[in-house]
Amino acid sequence: MSDVSLAGPPARFRPATGESAGARWAMIVIAFTGLAILVFAPLVAVFVVALADGVAASLQSLASRDARDAIRLTLTIAAISVPLNAAFGIAAAWLITKFDFRGKAFLITLIDLPFSVSPVVAGLCIVLMFGANSAIGGWLVANGFPIVFAMPGIILATMFVTFPFVARELIPVMIEQGRAEEEAALTLGASGWRVFRTVTLPNIRWALLYGVLLCNARAMGEFGAVAVVSGKIRGQTATMPTTIEMLYQEYLSVAAFSLAAVLALLALVTLLLKTALEIRHADQLAATHRH
Amino acid sequence: MHIEIDEISKQFGTTAALHPVSLALPSGALVALLGPSGSGKTTLLRILGGLEFPTSGRVLFDGQDATGVTVQERRAGFVFQSYALFRHMTVFDNIAYGLNARPRATRPQKAEIARRVTKLLDLIQLPDIGARYPSQLSGGQRQRVALARALAIEPRMLLLDEPFGALDAKVRRELRQGLRDIHDTTGLTTVFVTHDQEEAMELADLVVVMSMGRIEQIGKPQDIRARPATPFVRDFITA
Ligand SMILES: Nc1ncnc2c1ncn2[C@@H]1O[C@H](COP(=O)(O)OP(=O)(O)OP(=O)(O)O)[C@@H](O)[C@H]1O
Ligand SMILES: [Mg+2]
Repeated sequence: MSDVSLAGPPARFRPATGESAGARWAMIVIAFTGLAILVFAPLVAVFVVALADGVAASLQSLASRDARDAIRLTLTIAAISVPLNAAFGIAAAWLITKFDFRGKAFLITLIDLPFSVSPVVAGLCIVLMFGANSAIGGWLVANGFPIVFAMPGIILATMFVTFPFVARELIPVMIEQGRAEEEAALTLGASGWRVFRTVTLPNIRWALLYGVLLCNARAMGEFGAVAVVSGKIRGQTATMPTTIEMLYQEYLSVAAFSLAAVLALLALVTLLLKTALEIRHADQLAATHRH
Repeated sequence: MHIEIDEISKQFGTTAALHPVSLALPSGALVALLGPSGSGKTTLLRILGGLEFPTSGRVLFDGQDATGVTVQERRAGFVFQSYALFRHMTVFDNIAYGLNARPRATRPQKAEIARRVTKLLDLIQLPDIGARYPSQLSGGQRQRVALARALAIEPRMLLLDEPFGALDAKVRRELRQGLRDIHDTTGLTTVFVTHDQEEAMELADLVVVMSMGRIEQIGKPQDIRARPATPFVRDFITA
């Protein structure tokens, strides 16, 4: 009895898509070294510094007023801007993939704009448009609804920077799926809204989830644009990233890195959540893949 | 249902997919739209189903103008070329979709829906596959599920776009007979698209030969065979 598949093919009969053992090992080593140096080591370092004076000191710094305000603000910002961006992203992807119209290429470019524009520039644009010195901003401030140096500005900046994530995840999936299933649902008598709810949304849910998680991670971590528009007022407009930077500038490294560790943990939780969902719904994932 | 197509034309930007065409389909007929690729068969079928609106002309159902009737209100059982089954739903839920989509007042009870789905699964001779997902079916099974799903809404007509296109010859022959049987038991006016002249001639009561957005000839299979109206028809049916 010879079980070729278990023993592995002899080197001479390498599968057509395979590489030589040497090349394979080289790639594995490069990938892991890269990951270790660029991703894993810094992450470990954050936790090491955060806990340099012990767990108690770290927790105490997190219990401070500024830290708690910053965490609350960041979570609030994410809770507002992520759902809004998910809705805009779905709408934009829907428009681009299901309809033909003039200016479509332009719209696609526009969606990518936040990826290519520096967040600081984006922040400055918001200040220029809505700052107290502009016409709109002056009017808004006079009516008790300031945007710059206040929560609305931070939300705008965060939404600008994170806008592409959801749409970018959805567009390729929706293009690949085409319109046939939706048309079928229409011929079966379903209204437009029902088609969206029972056919479109279930078909894009994994891409949507992934986009939302990426969007959320980025929304919580955004620094540049938020730093410009928020004014970094402690207890009012200082988010977690801007607070981390301020603490670091003041040589409060345990406090800075403790807060950074919380931010990193929030990101890790998001990723774990995604993996857990994927494992739990693995059968459905397999079933709903392309026929 | 008697279907009449009155001087329908369809323009996509600068391409004319259909020049004005006219056609009357008697109630209960099994009609083939036959023609080479790009001749406008799918476009005409989609106009009948309400998925596309004509640039000019009218569609009449039983003498009533239905040109502006929405796709939902047409109640046309449509079988798509790639079947377009809902991949995230079981076969059962696929077939029940149209019944579940009805407004509450006319929606059957859950038990009644289940009964009807079971009956349709029997009709397509696949009684045991209700719990499966489309990805777990063969091409021929998918085609039959798509047919059952279209029949579930108690359609007024049946429209099929190359229903046997992607299947091997043996399955194709079986399904052809299956469609003939279903047509004969339901008595629905049925229009199917094909570019296979043998299939059209064998299955249909009435064959509509199309080319480049025009209708070349309408007739019974034996008449078209015996007296092709144009050189194109003669070449196409002997090819
Ligand atoms: N959405 C569309 N936009 C632009 N042109 C279209 C569109 N749909 C069809 N056409 C054009 O209309 C003409 C007829 O197309 P249609 O799909 O009706 O042909 P067909 O007879 O079904 O061909 P096939 O056998 O290849 O499916 C073709 O020239 C096609 O390119
Ligand atoms: Mg076609």
